[in-house]
Amino acid sequence: MIDAYALPRLFAGATNRPLSLEDHERVFAPTGEVASLLEELDASGLVGRGGAGFPTTRKVDLLRHQRGHKFVVVNGMEGEPAAHKDNRLLSTNPHLVLDGAEMLAQMIGASRIAVCVARDNPTVVNHVERAIHERARRNLRGPGIDLHTPPWRYVAGEESALVHWLDDNESLPQYRPGRPHILRIGRGPTLVDNAETCANVGLIGRYGAQSFRSLGTAEHPGSVIVSVTGAVKRPNVLEVNLGTPLANILATAGADPSPQAVLLGGYGGAWLSGDQIHTPYSNEALAAHNLSVGAGIVAVLPRQACGVAEAHRVVRWMAHESARQCGPCAFGLPALADDLLAVVRGGRDGVAAIARLQDRCGVIEGRGACRHPDGVVRFVRSSIEAFAHDIDSHLRGAPCAGARAKQRFLTVPALEHEEDLVWE
Amino acid sequence: MGVIRRSGMFVLQVNPILCDGFGHCAELAPELVHLDEWGYPIISQEPVPMADIGAYESARYAERGCPRQALHVTKMNSPAPVSNVTMNQPRPVSRGRRPL
Ligand code: SF4
Ligand code: SF4
Repeated sequence: MIDAYALPRLFAGATNRPLSLEDHERVFAPTGEVASLLEELDASGLVGRGGAGFPTTRKVDLLRHQRGHKFVVVNGMEGEPAAHKDNRLLSTNPHLVLDGAEMLAQMIGASRIAVCVARDNPTVVNHVERAIHERARRNLRGPGIDLHTPPWRYVAGEESALVHWLDDNESLPQYRPGRPHILRIGRGPTLVDNAETCANVGLIGRYGAQSFRSLGTAEHPGSVIVSVTGAVKRPNVLEVNLGTPLANILATAGADPSPQAVLLGGYGGAWLSGDQIHTPYSNEALAAHNLSVGAGIVAVLPRQACGVAEAHRVVRWMAHESARQCGPCAFGLPALADDLLAVVRGGRDGVAAIARLQDRCGVIEGRGACRHPDGVVRFVRSSIEAFAHDIDSHLRGAPCAGARAKQRFLTVPALEHEEDLVWE
Repeated sequence: MGVIRRSGMFVLQVNPILCDGFGHCAELAPELVHLDEWGYPIISQEPVPMADIGAYESARYAERGCPRQALHVTKMNSPAPVSNVTMNQPRPVSRGRRPL
């Protein structure tokens, strides 16, 4: 049995093998009937862990009042190349995620649960498949659970893209004027929640809101799974108490104690400068720096790295990952990447490029069907601000040593040929 | 043409997935639309008062003239409030009849 008031909660009983259903029920108390699941969820103040940080109760409320054959979708796609949290969670404690999904289904009255894991992670797919099979064998009552394996793309984890895939086999985001917008599979209203959010619901359903709130801060309660990557000795996935100073998290992963900057919230996120790493890691403290926890990514950039060159690599890759449905995204993001390259090369072109970059950011922002271009714009703006000094020296034609070194620190997958991209 | 309601506001919205960037809308509604460097429309999301009949007429022209049917005129104080404004923008205060 675990102590629901202390860490680790989400990773309780974790070994390097997934917990079987018996083990899972031994570690966590067997699911009791919580009479007031909805009130507990409301009182817990859980916000989604997928990146947007939307309150989970609001989504549940929206869906509860819909009619029809409803679905719950568990999003374990892990679009961010720097993140490993959903994969880690689904391959240590898959039953906790499935418990949470069943509770969500019970709350909104859904009859099917779809668990989505990218097919590029065959191990995780296997673990989830086995977990679902174990449940089916036990003949648990309740909604049927299916496993779906869309291809991995950055935007495939976006909720409307995921629902589009389930509905029509295409991992492309949909146009949604007017949010909140109810996504549908066929005609059935669909609730999409991140795997980590589901696991948290699983905890709340068992131990109640009070124990959930015992960790974290008042406005951002609970624990969160953080993927620490970049210039760290032990790249790791950690479960941390929200509100822990970022420096402690970095120390646990063996990071450089005085980094140049830390990227928070993934490749659509922003940089926190290295001298502010004592900021508590929670949305309310990070909001002062215009940052958020997002999908729990912390990527460390050391002093010797060239921030501009790293930013260019990330933006180039993000441009490549655009679904190319919307003009401003399909043409705008490569243009941003070209401008950044010009800045890296420096000289007179670079000076023109930096002015153009600012203009183009303003032009592109908010004009895609999904938030992908907005994330890139946010990243570009933050990079310009965080590495202003480096950019200056690049423009003067005296780039830092890091630009000439071949070592790079952020994980960026290799670019595929456009015709090799798989969307369905 | 039906009756033109002179109260309330409207915005012209584009579905970026459907839009192919032919740029007809910039000719049909020059006061509302201008094109970016790639030829895709940039439309101000500021609500325009319905009383500006010229603007409303051109918005309707653009809506009908768009070869991809990507444009949509949204009225801001229609009885069922279509919250076509994204979550973080406040909805404009309507000057006309209040929605129920
Ligand atoms: S904004 Fe970009 S990623 Fe999003 S749907 Fe449009 S083209 Fe695709
Ligand atoms: S007329 Fe329609 S398709 Fe052409 S640019 Fe305007 S919105 Fe896009």
